[in-house]
Amino acid sequence: MADQQQMALLGATSALAQAVARRLADEGHSLTLVARNEEKLGQFADDLRVRGASVTCITADFDALDTHDSLVEQIADCDEVFCFYGTLPDQSACEQNWTDAHNALQTNFISVVSLLNRLANRFEQRGHGNLVVVSSVAGDRGRKSNYIYGTAKGALSIYCAGLRNRLASSGVHVLTVKPGFIDTPMTAHLEKKPAPLWVGPDRVAKDIVKAAAARKNVLYTPWFWQLILLIIQHIPEPIFKKLSL
Amino acid sequence: MAVSRYRSWGFSTSTAQRANRPSWRTDISQGIDAEAGTSLLPFGNGRSYGDSCLNSGGVLLDAASLDRFIAFDDVSGLLTAEAGVTLADILRLVVPHGWFLPVSPGTSYVTLGGAVANDVHGKNHHCDGTIGQYIHSFELVRSNGDVLTCSESDNVDLFAATIGGLGLTGFITKVCIQLISINSSEMDVRVDAFQGLQAFAELSAERKNDYQYTVAWLDCAASGAQFARGIFLSANHAPSGSLHSSSHVSKLSIPVPLPTWLLNTYSIRAFNKLYYYKQSQQHEKVFRQDYQPYFYPLDAIANWNRIYGARGFYQYQFVIPLDNLPVLESLLRDIVDSGMGSFLAVLKEFGDIESPGMLSFPRQGFCLALDFANRGVKTEQLIQRLDQQVMECGGAAYPAKDRLMSAKAFEQYFPKMGEFTSLIDPNFSSDFWERVSG
Repeated sequence: MADQQQMALLGATSALAQAVARRLADEGHSLTLVARNEEKLGQFADDLRVRGASVTCITADFDALDTHDSLVEQIADCDEVFCFYGTLPDQSACEQNWTDAHNALQTNFISVVSLLNRLANRFEQRGHGNLVVVSSVAGDRGRKSNYIYGTAKGALSIYCAGLRNRLASSGVHVLTVKPGFIDTPMTAHLEKKPAPLWVGPDRVAKDIVKAAAARKNVLYTPWFWQLILLIIQHIPEPIFKKLSL
Repeated sequence: MAVSRYRSWGFSTSTAQRANRPSWRTDISQGIDAEAGTSLLPFGNGRSYGDSCLNSGGVLLDAASLDRFIAFDDVSGLLTAEAGVTLADILRLVVPHGWFLPVSPGTSYVTLGGAVANDVHGKNHHCDGTIGQYIHSFELVRSNGDVLTCSESDNVDLFAATIGGLGLTGFITKVCIQLISINSSEMDVRVDAFQGLQAFAELSAERKNDYQYTVAWLDCAASGAQFARGIFLSANHAPSGSLHSSSHVSKLSIPVPLPTWLLNTYSIRAFNKLYYYKQSQQHEKVFRQDYQPYFYPLDAIANWNRIYGARGFYQYQFVIPLDNLPVLESLLRDIVDSGMGSFLAVLKEFGDIESPGMLSFPRQGFCLALDFANRGVKTEQLIQRLDQQVMECGGAAYPAKDRLMSAKAFEQYFPKMGEFTSLIDPNFSSDFWERVSG
């Protein structure tokens, strides 16, 4: 088992973050939880404390970029930072209203880059650390059903690849996580079809914790999404543009 | 609102059902979103066997995400947790600290809220009663927006109606329960083979003074000279030893419903025979066993209900007063003669400790629980015949396992039904309740 480390989770009240946090706490790590809603954060922190974990809570609004300097100051000493937060915007609303599209890009991409940029410099300076960033399979190819979300996540995946390349020589690691369909409150309004592709958050959390410890570069979770995306990415564009995926 | 698939433990197929899955207990206490004319029902982990956990005409409030601990005092053994926490979660947390559930049903995969709503009992009913006695307090959210703390001193009517109240009085968000202390995570178990119900009754009378846990497995396929043979298990928590929690992870899983022809009179008779002979080798022996296989042997096989195939199965559990041993014998003969008895016939003598719950099932007497593969009308008729005899001798059947009970039977089994009905949440209902409330 790994040494006891300080782990920061951004967007700690998301279902996936909660599942990862419980697994990290089980392994004996100390946790710094960051989320917007203080009350929910408190409810989850109580749970982890009862389970025996050492927990610190920070309330933050990730969209407020001007607060990122002070937020990074508070988490820069952590050994690993897991970035979970994000929104799943309504695609047609994003098409009709620029504000919706802008907000989706802001939260899912710009704000994450703003934090990672700062964290990367701190981690590079001290020469160790692990950045785990939750992107999405939706970022692997643009599809009409969710391309605004897909754009943000695709850009984030590219950013992570670049960052990983830059930091490789300094002993800092970057893991890009690309989950498929996860049954969480964020996806509660979606029809769970095809059923075999949907998994619970703990299944994905297990993969993430394992991949982070193994310093893996890119994780598709569950594994079969790598196969699915391999196929999707190789469909010729003249055919792809006519499909409804 | 999402449409998801839900099923109860005895149904092999799930049905599409409108459901809300609140992520936070404060989501619920800020108001249950009740559409006009649509009924609501809390849903735990779907381990009720019949239709008491389904609400096909309305909406389920799924407690799966409300699985957080709130506080645990390892000096007093008082635990507060959200209603969707399972008993397995609790044991994993508390056993290493020397605490245990005061009452354990046959599976650890039920939620704490569900355990309260069914006022579950266990092998220690004769000395410790039902789980209701150990509920310190709970928070109940009503569809009118009331957020009520219920205990023996606050909102006492709703406290009594909600324990065993089948989820009909409102949504339980959190529960505070008193645990019992243990010195070892292992059990000292004694095995006795017996022949006949009289022998069972004598063993039970003798063992109940010295053992906290007693239960018997009955071979309901054996006839003739072997009629009513069984294995009596008596157990206590080991007085000393190590404290470690079991993994609570199923090692085996039944991946799909098995073909129905696999379960027939011959295969069941063969299984029961084998089980009886294997267990009777241990006759009058005492051994030490981990708490997990002792309390929750079936948890080792995930989805064991699929053994019954695509048509699912019925479970029937009843209790009849102690002076009705001949009635029990006649009921058992009916089951054996029908050839429909299955693997799991569990016989237990309940004690006289009264539960605070208005609709609690356990009461003093002999209690028998049986599985029947669903063979359609034939099975329904057998259960209705059993129900008739149980009614005639002043017994009761267990709603958590039922999907056939008539309104008349329900009223007779639960004399406080009138008072209970006045306390249910007017916007809550279930398939079970639609049937028995007439």
